Amino acid sequence: MSDVRITALHKYYGNVHAVKGIDLEIPAGEFTVLVGQSGCGKSTLLRTIAGLEDADSGTVEIGTDDVTDAAPRHRDIAMVFQNYALYPFMTVYDNIAFGLRARKTPSIEIEPKVRRAAQMLAIDHLLERYPRQLSGGQLQRVAIGRAIVRNARLYLFDEPLSNLDAQLRDEMRGEIKRLHLELGKTMIYVTHDQIEAMTMADRIVLLRDGQIEQQGTPLDLYERPATRYVAGFLGSPSMNFVNAQIVAWDGGLAVRVDERAILPVPAARQDTLAAWNGKAIVLGLRPEHLSRAPAGEAREGVTRHATTIALVQPTGARTYATFRLGDAEAIAELQAHDVSQPGEPIELAIDMNRAVVIDPSTDRVVQ
Amino acid sequence: MKRRQRRRLTATLRLAAAIAITGFFLFPVYWLFMISLKTADEIYSYPPTWWPAHLQFNSYAVLFKDGDATTVWNSFVVAGGSTVLAMFLGTLCAYSLARFRTGGENLANWIISQRMVPPIAVVFPVFLLYVWLKLVDTYVGLILLYTAFNLPYVIWMMRGYVNDIPKALEESALVDGCTRWQVLWKVVFPMCRAGLFATAIFTFVFAWNDFIFALVLTRTEVATYTVQVTHYFGGQSNFWAKISAMSVLGTVPIFVIVGFMQRYLVRGISLGAVKG
Repeated sequence: MSDVRITALHKYYGNVHAVKGIDLEIPAGEFTVLVGQSGCGKSTLLRTIAGLEDADSGTVEIGTDDVTDAAPRHRDIAMVFQNYALYPFMTVYDNIAFGLRARKTPSIEIEPKVRRAAQMLAIDHLLERYPRQLSGGQLQRVAIGRAIVRNARLYLFDEPLSNLDAQLRDEMRGEIKRLHLELGKTMIYVTHDQIEAMTMADRIVLLRDGQIEQQGTPLDLYERPATRYVAGFLGSPSMNFVNAQIVAWDGGLAVRVDERAILPVPAARQDTLAAWNGKAIVLGLRPEHLSRAPAGEAREGVTRHATTIALVQPTGARTYATFRLGDAEAIAELQAHDVSQPGEPIELAIDMNRAVVIDPSTDRVVQ
Repeated sequence: MKRRQRRRLTATLRLAAAIAITGFFLFPVYWLFMISLKTADEIYSYPPTWWPAHLQFNSYAVLFKDGDATTVWNSFVVAGGSTVLAMFLGTLCAYSLARFRTGGENLANWIISQRMVPPIAVVFPVFLLYVWLKLVDTYVGLILLYTAFNLPYVIWMMRGYVNDIPKALEESALVDGCTRWQVLWKVVFPMCRAGLFATAIFTFVFAWNDFIFALVLTRTEVATYTVQVTHYFGGQSNFWAKISAMSVLGTVPIFVIVGFMQRYLVRGISLGAVKG
């Protein structure tokens, strides 16, 4: 059962074609994250679902109702905005109660609802304050409280965490995800932050240039990206892309980056790449698929590669090491103490079982 | 020690300067009040009388007895009526201009240009029109004209205040279940309350102080206090005490209003200033 259904949606701003024919179904109760770079149309798509923008063509259905031409107040949605959108002249209590009052909720029901929402968000001690007396994190909690106090059919979040500092953002991510579990409501969440998308989503819809590039579960997109764009967008540090060639090697196929790096293709993937023998490709390797080579025999599909580290970036748990691979600067995600300084020689293990091979003419992943 | 003395000296000088400047600007007001309370001899005496020997309230008594004081009421009705009307219409127009891009880029500029028309250029055509419409010497006639004259100013000011309201506040209200009218009432008006008051005061004061429109468009029924003052300039002699008393009656209400609204006035003006 799908709760939101978008069909052939187009949206123009003057000459700018912001949303280019999007078809999307969002199942009931799911937490869907619309993610993409700024200008990809994700916010426009969300605002069109909310009714704050009119669709130029196409339809938006929520539940069984076609709401394409309905005013926002008739769509039974609640929305959290990036800049909190709290009324500075009202107390926290009145801010949270605003939507209930606007919808003529009997006043006897308002107070328990406001208190319950405030308790869920641990802001019940702030109800008498004004927004100017609150910190950024508290403001965001109030904004979320204002949305969840209403028993709406659909909850929309427009980059709600982007004004918060990093630590608070981590905390609120968990908070929102917990709310989703507790409320079990359909939620659509817009962000440009791939970590938010990965950590929070039941399903990611990755938008690019007004169209859906790929959608699926976070790990689906992470492990099986359809395009170079998706592969590069998700993951931090990003996937390493290296120009290479498929060559015949030792009775099978190998990816030849240069004369010093010839990486045999694992047996399981020989068939899919057979047609590419002799052709140029782009090899995509995630940093975590490059590790310090262990002593002894390597596993199937793992190739040793001796190199020199150019740059070391420790993060505490892991250390990112930059080295040259073919024509590219690649990053390997190593154990904290695997390397200590630039110039160190190291033998890396390159795991080709999880590498992606990209057709350079279409930027699509060869599957 | 030395530094503290210097600082105290600076503070004293500043205070003295502030008092001097305030005194300079308030002196005409003081003089106006004094003249209204003097005898004729004291008014013309030289050197001037700074404080009358006996405060004379005769002029005020005469103004109230003869009914001249009702012209202040007339001023209040036309200024108040036109302010309410101009604020209501102007704020709606301003909201439309700010949020729906009504009239594209240039309509707002065209509207403010209407404010630059010299009153004398329109007053006689309007007079002829009003004769035909039977609006001369009526409240409605003056209220309509002041409204028309103040609308561009209200629209211009309120457009600025509306533009300063984050759009998300209104969108949030729309999503939460409000109609556009409710958004105006529950979000836009409270958000620009200081601006509304400041603009209303300026609008009111313009109508209150107007002379030329009232002079041409009133006779006896709704003459405003500014017109009434001129009646005391005689061919033979000028009734300075009455002129001053009438002027005081016209000045006091503005003092009172501004006094009460000062908080909003300062905030409303500086709101616009911050935006730049």
